Amino acid sequence: MRLTNVMRMKTSDETLASAAAAGDADAFSALLDRHYDRIFRLAFRLTGTRAEAEDLTQDICAALPARLKAFSGRSRFSTWVYRVTVNAAHDRRRRHASRDRASSGWGDWEVERRARDAETGDRIDWLTQAMRALPDDLRDTLALVLDDMKHADAAAVLGVSEGTVSWRVSEARKHLRAMRAAEEADQ
Amino acid sequence: MTDELDDLRQAMDAATPAPDARRRAADLALASKNFAALQGSQDDTRQTSVGTRWGLLNGVKMMLNTMTTRGGLTATTALVAAGLLLILPGDRDLLSPPGPAPGSAIVSDEVLQAPLTLAEDAETFAAEPMVLQRSIAKTADLPAAGGRTRIAEPGLSVVRTLPAPVPEATSEEFASAEANPLQITSETPVSTFSVDVDTFSYSLVRDSLTNGRLPDPKVVRIEEMVNYFTYDYAAPDGDAPFRPTVSVSQTPWNPDTRLVHIGLQGTLPSVEDRPPLNLVFLIDTSGSMNQSDKLPLLVQSFRLMLGQLRPTDEVSIVAYAGSAGEVLAPTSASERDIILAALDSLQAGGATGGEAGLVQAYRTAESMTDDGEVSRVILATDGDFNVGLSDPDALKDFIADRRDSGTYLSVLGFGRGNLDDATMQALAQNGNGTAAYIDTLAEAQKVLSDQLTGALFPIADDVKIQVEFNPAQIAEYRLIGYETRALRREDFNNDAVDAGEIGAGHSVTALYEVTPVGSPARLSDPLRYALPEETAQSDELGFLRLRYKAPGESVSRLIEQPIAPGVDTPGDNGFAAAIAGFGQLLRNSPYTGSWTMQNAIDAAVATRGEDTFGYRAEAIRLMRLAQSLMQR
Repeated sequence: MRLTNVMRMKTSDETLASAAAAGDADAFSALLDRHYDRIFRLAFRLTGTRAEAEDLTQDICAALPARLKAFSGRSRFSTWVYRVTVNAAHDRRRRHASRDRASSGWGDWEVERRARDAETGDRIDWLTQAMRALPDDLRDTLALVLDDMKHADAAAVLGVSEGTVSWRVSEARKHLRAMRAAEEADQ
Repeated sequence: MTDELDDLRQAMDAATPAPDARRRAADLALASKNFAALQGSQDDTRQTSVGTRWGLLNGVKMMLNTMTTRGGLTATTALVAAGLLLILPGDRDLLSPPGPAPGSAIVSDEVLQAPLTLAEDAETFAAEPMVLQRSIAKTADLPAAGGRTRIAEPGLSVVRTLPAPVPEATSEEFASAEANPLQITSETPVSTFSVDVDTFSYSLVRDSLTNGRLPDPKVVRIEEMVNYFTYDYAAPDGDAPFRPTVSVSQTPWNPDTRLVHIGLQGTLPSVEDRPPLNLVFLIDTSGSMNQSDKLPLLVQSFRLMLGQLRPTDEVSIVAYAGSAGEVLAPTSASERDIILAALDSLQAGGATGGEAGLVQAYRTAESMTDDGEVSRVILATDGDFNVGLSDPDALKDFIADRRDSGTYLSVLGFGRGNLDDATMQALAQNGNGTAAYIDTLAEAQKVLSDQLTGALFPIADDVKIQVEFNPAQIAEYRLIGYETRALRREDFNNDAVDAGEIGAGHSVTALYEVTPVGSPARLSDPLRYALPEETAQSDELGFLRLRYKAPGESVSRLIEQPIAPGVDTPGDNGFAAAIAGFGQLLRNSPYTGSWTMQNAIDAAVATRGEDTFGYRAEAIRLMRLAQSLMQR
C-alpha cells in the first residue's frame, strides 16, 4: 500500500519505516524529518561540539537509507535510530583513537582549553569538565538519560540491561559529587 | 544541596544547540538522494547517463595524457575545465535544499554505490563510505561558509573524550618533544640534527596569544619561531646552494654563557631562472573546513598565490574527502579565470576518499613532471585526517614512498579546533616539505606569495647539520629547539636518512647555548677521576659540518667550517636570540633563569632592525601580550 501525505503525518514511525524499507521515498523523508532534531541533539550530547555533532549527523543521514534494511521492526524506530547514532559516535571515537594511537591524554588543544576554562568558569565549563571527567560508558548513558529518556529505553539503545543503566547513573552521580567536593575543597 | 544530576541536566539543556537549519535541509536532501540512489541503483538508465558523462570526461583526460606538446596541453585542459564549469553549477542546484533532488545529482559511480556497501554492515558504521557521503553534503552548504560562527566553542571539551589530535608517535620523533637537555662536551661532543624551515609553531603561538591565552608549551617549537624570520646572512657565492654563517655572541639570558649562532642562507636564483612549477592543490573539503577561517581563507590564499605564477607553471586541483577527485586538470597558470572558477566551485562535485585524493594528487603531480620541472603537492586542510588511510603510519609510508619520486609536499594548516599539528608535521617531514599554519590572509601572503619561490622551489634536500664541540673550550652545550629534528650521530653520513630541505631564498637558523670551560655558569662539575683531556689544544670552539643533496641527487655533499673563538656583537641576528628567549619563556625553560619577558622585549626591540614588512614588530607585540598574560 502506498501511503498518502495525510496518512504519513499520522502514521507511526514503524509503519513509515517499513514503507521506506519498501522504497517509499516520501515515507523515508517524513521519518527522517521527524527524527532529525533528536539525532542531532543526541549527537551533540555524545560528542560535545557542534561541529562534531553536525558531521556525525550528516554521516548518519547519508548512511541511513542503506542501514534502514537492518531495521527489523522488533524495536521501536526511535530506539533503533538512537542505537545507530550511539554506534556511529563510537565508531567515530574509535577512528580518532586509531589515528592518534600515541595519544596519552587530552592533547595540546585541550590543555589550552582547560586554562581558558579556569578563567571563565561558567556553567557550561562546569558541564564540559564534568562530562569530560566521566568514563565513556557513563557519559554515553547520561547523554541519553539526561534527555528525559527512561532507563529502560536507554538500556535498549545501549544494548545493556536496565539495571546497568541505573547503576551507571548512580556511578555518574557519585563522580559528580566527588567532583563538587573537590571543587569546594579547592575554594 | 541540589542534585548534581539535575545541575548537569540543566547545563546540558542550555548547552545543546538547535540544528542549523541550512545544514538540516542539506542533510535531509542528502539522505533523500542516497535513498533514491539506493532504490534506483538497479535502474540502468541513470547509471548509464552518469557513466556517459564521466566517460566523456575520461575521454578528454585520455586525450590529454596522450598529448605531448605544451600548447596542446593548455588547449585541452582549458576544455576540460570549461566542461567542469558547465557541470558544476547544475550540481550545486541539485544538492541544495529543499527536498530530495529529483533524479539524483551528478556524482561519480562510487557515490551511488557507497551506501550499498554500508548496508551489509549491520552493527558498525563503515568509516570510509561515510566520509565520502559527508563530503557531498558538506559541499552543498558551503556557500554559507563565510557567515558561520564558531558556536562549537562552549561545549568543546566534551568532545575531548575522543582522544584529541596529539603527536603521532614514531620511534624517533614527537611533535612536542622535551627540550633538548644540556650536553657535557667531554661525554657527547657531537650534536646532529636536520634543518627545519617550518613556521607552523610561530603561527600557532600567535593565534593563541591574539586570542588572549598563553600557548601550550608543547606547541612552542623554538626553531620554528626563530625561522619564521629572515636574517641578514651573507648570500652564497657561485654555485653553492647555501652558505653557512657562524657567529658567537653573548647569551642574553646568561652572562656566563655564549650563543653559537649558525645561519644558513639559501641562494635565491633569479626568479626568471627558476624551473617551471607543477602544483597540485589537494584541498580538504570535508565538513570541518566549512568555516570562514578555513576553506574561504584557503581559496583567498590561493588567489594571492596565483598572481605570482607564470604561464609555464601548471596548476591542478584535487579535492580530498570531497568532489570527484580531480576538480581541475593540469592547467597553465595563465588560465587564471579557469583556475579561480575551479577554486570557487570547490563546494560542488562527487566524492572521493582522502586516500584516493592523496593518491590522485601524487599521480597528477607525477604526470605533470617533465625533466627539470618541480612538482609539488600542496595539501590544505584543517587537520582532520579522517581520510581513509586510518593508519597514520600507512599514510606516512605512502608519502615517504612518493618522496622518492621527486614530488614534494607542503602542508598548510587552516583553522583551529581539530588541527592535528603532529600529523601535519609528520606529513611535511616525510614528504620533503614544509608545514605552515595559515591563520590570516597576511600569513597566507607571507607563506604563499612572498616566499613562493622558496616554499615551492627546493634548492637543497636532506640538509643535516652536525656540530662537534671542542671539549678544551666548551664544557657544556645545549641545542635550542630542533627537538623533533634530532638525528643520530651516524645518520649524518648516511644518505639514506631523510632530513629537511631548504627552498630558494630560505634561511635557517640554529642556536646553541655553550658554556665555556671555566665559566661560572657551568652546571655540571668536572669529573675528578677522568683522564686528562687529550684534545688538540685548538682554540676553535667547535667544527661545523653540513651535508646536503642537490635536488634530485642521491649522494650528499659536505661543507665544513670551524667555529672560531671570540665574541661578536650581535647584529641583525641578535633578534633570533631574543625570539629564542621568548620561546623558552613560553616553554617554561629552566635555562633562562631570572630573565623575564621584559628582557626579551628589550632585546627584540634593540635588534629589530629595518623590519620592512613589520614581522618583527608583530613578534614584539606578541611578546607584550604574553607578558600581560603571564602576569595575570
